[in-house]
Amino acid sequence: MTATSTDPGTGTGAARAAFDPRPYTAAGHTLRSWLTTTDHKRVAILYLIAITGFFALGAVGAVLVRLELATPRPDLLSAETYNRAFTMHGIVMVWFFLIPSIPNVFGNFLIPLMIGARDLAFPRLNLLSWYIYVLAGLFTIVTLVKGGVDTGWTFYTPLSTQFANGHVLLAAAGVFTAGFSSILTGLNFIVTIHTMRAPGMTWFRLPIFVWSHYATSILLVLATPVLAMALILIVAERGFGVGIFDPRLGGDPLLFQHLFWFYSHPAVYIMVLPAMGVVTELISTFAGRAVFGYRFVAYASLAIAALGFLVWGHHMFVSGQSMYASVVFSFLSFLVAVPSAVKVYNWAATLYRAEIRFTAPLLYGLSFIGLFVFGGLTGLILASLALDVHAHDTTFVVAHFHYIMVGGAVTAYLGAMHFWWPKITGRLYPDALAKLSVLLLYVGFNLTFFPQYILGWLGMPRRYHEYPAEFQVWHLLSTAGAGLLAFAYLLPLVYLPWSLRWGQRAGPNPWGATGLEWRVPSPPPTHNFDRIPTVTWEAYTPEATAETKDTPP
Amino acid sequence: MSIPLWPRAASFYADRIDLLVVSFSALLLCLAVPVFVAILWFAVKYRRGSPAERGGPVKREAGIEAAWMAIPFLLSLGFWFWAAELFFVRSTPPPGTLDITVVGKQWMWKAQHPGGQSEIDTLHVPAGQPVRLRMTSQDVIHSLFLPELRLKQDVLPGRTTELWFQADRPGTYALRCTQFCGTDHATMGGELVVLPPTGYADWLSTSAVEPTLAQEGAALFRRLGCSGCHGSSGGGGAGGGGGSAVRAPDLGGIYRLPQPLADGGTVIADERYLRDSILDPVAQVVAGYEPVMPSFAGKLEEADLMRLVAYIASLKPPSGTTP
Ligand code: HEC
Ligand SMILES: [Cu+2]
Ligand SMILES: [Cu+2]
Repeated sequence: MTATSTDPGTGTGAARAAFDPRPYTAAGHTLRSWLTTTDHKRVAILYLIAITGFFALGAVGAVLVRLELATPRPDLLSAETYNRAFTMHGIVMVWFFLIPSIPNVFGNFLIPLMIGARDLAFPRLNLLSWYIYVLAGLFTIVTLVKGGVDTGWTFYTPLSTQFANGHVLLAAAGVFTAGFSSILTGLNFIVTIHTMRAPGMTWFRLPIFVWSHYATSILLVLATPVLAMALILIVAERGFGVGIFDPRLGGDPLLFQHLFWFYSHPAVYIMVLPAMGVVTELISTFAGRAVFGYRFVAYASLAIAALGFLVWGHHMFVSGQSMYASVVFSFLSFLVAVPSAVKVYNWAATLYRAEIRFTAPLLYGLSFIGLFVFGGLTGLILASLALDVHAHDTTFVVAHFHYIMVGGAVTAYLGAMHFWWPKITGRLYPDALAKLSVLLLYVGFNLTFFPQYILGWLGMPRRYHEYPAEFQVWHLLSTAGAGLLAFAYLLPLVYLPWSLRWGQRAGPNPWGATGLEWRVPSPPPTHNFDRIPTVTWEAYTPEATAETKDTPP
Repeated sequence: MSIPLWPRAASFYADRIDLLVVSFSALLLCLAVPVFVAILWFAVKYRRGSPAERGGPVKREAGIEAAWMAIPFLLSLGFWFWAAELFFVRSTPPPGTLDITVVGKQWMWKAQHPGGQSEIDTLHVPAGQPVRLRMTSQDVIHSLFLPELRLKQDVLPGRTTELWFQADRPGTYALRCTQFCGTDHATMGGELVVLPPTGYADWLSTSAVEPTLAQEGAALFRRLGCSGCHGSSGGGGAGGGGGSAVRAPDLGGIYRLPQPLADGGTVIADERYLRDSILDPVAQVVAGYEPVMPSFAGKLEEADLMRLVAYIASLKPPSGTTP
């Protein structure tokens, strides 16, 4: 990166009259200049660093779990430690990696650029949101490691309120606090997308990435408060003995599950919608073609967000919930598959009569489709009442949601990383290594999680740290796959930082992509646009790239 | 050691589940494989530099979209219905079941047969006969999982949930807990032993008999002085208090029936209500009675409360009254 200036300029408003053409990365090199920045791009980098750290911690939990499960007997970990390990893995991965991952890194960096704005609507709130996230995250980590919580990330009552040892209260407080970061981010995106689009950037000229972040933001703002309520009620019962969930105190244990899943089912879409947005960009760019059925794909995001609020009861088919309620929840869960399928079909159709370039980001995008579709289909099996009765709370479910959340969301996150890396850093990475890491990811992922479908159907419950010996073969395969997968995740951690120094320089538009972000230099200047562009073309059309295509490297 | 691929099926119901899952998976593959094939085919055919024809306007976009929204959905709805139908079967026990009481607690299962035979972490049932488990938990939520029957049901504190099945093939099968219930969740399990009917009868006759929950509850009912007000056997005595000065309602036959309350409302006398009546009697006072019953909150252990509730639930209505 260029090191030409010591100017600690961090503000957004003041000196706009004289446009500073230097990249945002050059706007101050001190730690202080980063920790007090309100530039959406620098906040995105702060998130990137923090999120990578939390991912590593969550992965430690996963490694412990997989190692323990390599043998049927409890040998590596005690029951307590095992329970704490998977709880830590779940809490950290869900709230401190997956939920913020794509929105807070790429949404933050790209939304203003994509809509032709100089920053988000509330730049300071954006920074505040990062501080809340990081402090809540560190607090939760310390709680999970020092004290230990063994309720699982689901905090089911009355286990969590009356019976669990460990620091449930503190962990709940950490997750509760992190929720505010989600809410602030969602709010910021909604206001930005509504009010800060460049002239001519109508709703239907927005990249699908922006549409899916809009839908995600609605979920963040509406669902997160319900989680906050549920956690407060846990604190009330566990800390103050107020009877809410424990029948001995006159409470209802199922109430918690309703509240929890009212948040946590939409939370799955908080993870997946941005991923779908990313994949749409990848497919269209490397197909060299407009997204097929743009409006359908855009509306599908909103449909998923809306229907996502109506299916929480599919987690409770065997809980003792009314049979008739279950039938309705099952139906709605079949329905919510429709908009997801619309996206997949449209991606496939976009490739028809296209001019396809096999780059690493596209391979991530295609891997996403393969894994996500498989996760979605097994989701339909779980949405089928009598089948869920057998598969519920077995590793079948674990496999299903890892296909969606890891095979889907994490793969898309890496796809986004490889696609926008040249924009964010101004450097290209070694393509062959990136392709190798996609390949390892695809193989490693399937090897890890496919056996868990089989195990689950065979009757292997989740959250078991010992199991019947006849299941060992499948567990061993899964553990071996996890090793491969870990390697696939580590590779980019080597060559991407390497490229910061040694990578080839990228021009403004190395992929020949559409979208306003590719019209500014890489890395973009602090205030993004010298002059705010006036958009006269439709999304993904050749006009959108006409002036900017660099000679491909 | 052989590699397991598919769980054994101990019942005809399990066979039906297997048929359903295989058929549904087949449909799902029929829907997904063409998409995968198309993607791969396009990827090769339209790779940059290939001679394939490109571009061209899209015709009938709305029609295509409608087709791929509607057709897969409608096809899958058939399976939604099929699965719901089997779920209905699983949720509605036929009349004349053999009722076994199951209590889950950290970290063991206790089952008690109608004759009082008790067992821990094992469940003996006769083959070919509908069995109904009436289950409750003494602490957290557990879930009873019988994989070879393709069945499970959560077991909750403060409520009774039911699971019925008919195991058709004698054998020894797995019994596990699938709801994470604390430290030793993974060891909370044992065996489901399906015996031919004669074998079951033999097993019953050789097993030690323990007093049933309701019998233990009856003893408690007297020891705690409930009978002083409610009559010596709850519903057996005169409805007005069996000789004591206090007038207290007859508890015979009230279980699962609506009870009129002093405030004009009614309430179904389920487990929850019976517990509440014992722990907090003044919250819901029975119509026509004075709120003189003392609260037993803090004086009873969870297990005793369950015994009392089981006892009250077992009481028959006093002869001569119409329910
Ligand atoms: C001092 C007398 C007295 C004693 C002792 C007493 N009760 Fe009661 N109980 C009453 C009266 C009076 C009512 C009706 C008023 C009310 O609902 O509080 C009642 C109501 C009930 C009800 C609700 C009945 C209905 O028809 O809805 C139940 C159940 C019950 N008692 C159970 C018990 C049990 C179990 C015990 C012993 C642990 C017990 N009672 C001890 C006087 C008594
Ligand atoms: Cu869900
Ligand atoms: Cu358990």
